[in-house]
Amino acid sequence: MDIFLQQLANGLTIGSMFALVALGYTMVYGVMKLINFAHGDMVAASAFVGLTIYTQVMGQATSLPAVIIIFLLSALAMACIGVILERIAYRPLRTAPRLSAVVSALGASLVIQNGIMLIWGPRMRIFPELVPQIYWDFGGVVISLIQVIILVLSLVLMVTLYLFVEKTRMGAAIRAASIDQDAARLMGINVNSIIALIFIIGSSLGAVGGLFIGLYYRGITFNMGWQYGLYAFIAAIIGGIGNIPGAMLGGMLLGLFNAFIAGYISSTWSDAFTFILLIVILIVRPTGILGERVAEKV
Amino acid sequence: MSSDVLFEIKDLEVSYGSIAAIKGISLTVNKGEIVTILGANGAGKTTTMRTISQLLKAKSGSIRFKGQELTSLAAHKIVKLGISHSPEGRRVFGILTVEENLMLGAFSQSRLDKTTLEWVYELFPRLQERRKQLAGTLSGGEQQMLAIGRSLMSNPEMLLLDEPSLGIAPILVKAIFRQIKEISNKGVTVLLVEQNAKAALKLADRGYVLDVGKIALSGTSAELLASERVQEAYLGKKH
Repeated sequence: MDIFLQQLANGLTIGSMFALVALGYTMVYGVMKLINFAHGDMVAASAFVGLTIYTQVMGQATSLPAVIIIFLLSALAMACIGVILERIAYRPLRTAPRLSAVVSALGASLVIQNGIMLIWGPRMRIFPELVPQIYWDFGGVVISLIQVIILVLSLVLMVTLYLFVEKTRMGAAIRAASIDQDAARLMGINVNSIIALIFIIGSSLGAVGGLFIGLYYRGITFNMGWQYGLYAFIAAIIGGIGNIPGAMLGGMLLGLFNAFIAGYISSTWSDAFTFILLIVILIVRPTGILGERVAEKV
Repeated sequence: MSSDVLFEIKDLEVSYGSIAAIKGISLTVNKGEIVTILGANGAGKTTTMRTISQLLKAKSGSIRFKGQELTSLAAHKIVKLGISHSPEGRRVFGILTVEENLMLGAFSQSRLDKTTLEWVYELFPRLQERRKQLAGTLSGGEQQMLAIGRSLMSNPEMLLLDEPSLGIAPILVKAIFRQIKEISNKGVTVLLVEQNAKAALKLADRGYVLDVGKIALSGTSAELLASERVQEAYLGKKH
């Protein structure tokens, strides 16, 4: 039972990081029908940007306001990079065949990954201890302050995003643009602004995810975007790519799944089991758990 | 019928790559009129409508609404000027509710006009009954009502209707055409594209017949109904 509860706590922590990153994939896919392969590398870049802001801008301060500023500045920086990425790598290919945009996405991924390596070097860097190492022991189940912060903040961000998309005018415009861009234009919706907004939201959430990865795992490398990006991408597919609550659910499920595999079997096998899970879900429910609620009448 | 020109197309040419779809058409719509564009499949009717809304860009020529040139504008700016387009194939947002679709129709408005929503529900009571239902689960006719209702939500001066009768049960076609007349009576100018020439000419004041990208014929509805060419080609009468 202890293992179960411990892995439940760990799984929810990892799951919320997956979910935050998965949202970036799924929102971009929803509107542009494009897998933004550079998203994982943006997440990695965010951890390095956060590290630099900590050392160069904040003078290694770890007070609460300082940490909040580090998060906000990193998210802002990644949002800007996300918008620039869309402008130069994707917008010129908007009407090109889908495959061209995918190749451009892979290229953008390599550019960002190698950019991180050129700026911060190829070796592993240690992410600063922005949150004090506080642990609580509940009869054998250990939960850290970092885990609580990651889980709570992720949930707050996800609920906020959900309410924004479901309840506001701009949220409705995002949903309309993801269903039918031309029809959305006829409603007076500026689809280019919607796409920019998607990149701003997705990249900032990914940035927070990247900082969480730094906080939780401590060691950050220039190429870690591939690994975390891939997991988050799988999470988005499991939940139903293009579906926002789906990405949240998929991320949480995948985090829990990974944690239980690590707890009961072995962490060396977690990749293999993750892909087995992906294959099973694609066979049983190709649209993902929450994908496509109704078929369109023609 | 007043003769205030509200909308004017001059020498419009549109092409898809190297293929010319519209080969220099001109037409005018006066304030308060119902004008119909008739033509067979591939005549360029939908292309014309999409070019007015700037979803397609003209190769040359001008499109003016209340004196303002539209061809240089982005598509999302058109509805704000007072032209609302109910597209071919309805294009309702299938996984959103009826109500959400109508709200999106009012996206260009700074705030929602309750009286317009009430009017739309009055025109199409089905929409009110089904307002919580997903648009994709409606029948074809109901989706058409929703598409028209959605385009009314921006309080347009001119309504572009692209084939509202397409793929719809005849009894609903009648109901929808009756409501188009009702919309026109409220002062909304209507430009109607149709393959169903008989129904369209019964409703419209004037019409243009489009044939492979050119205007083959134009005149009042009575003239067109009487013309041999229209009778042969679109009403299936042989002389």
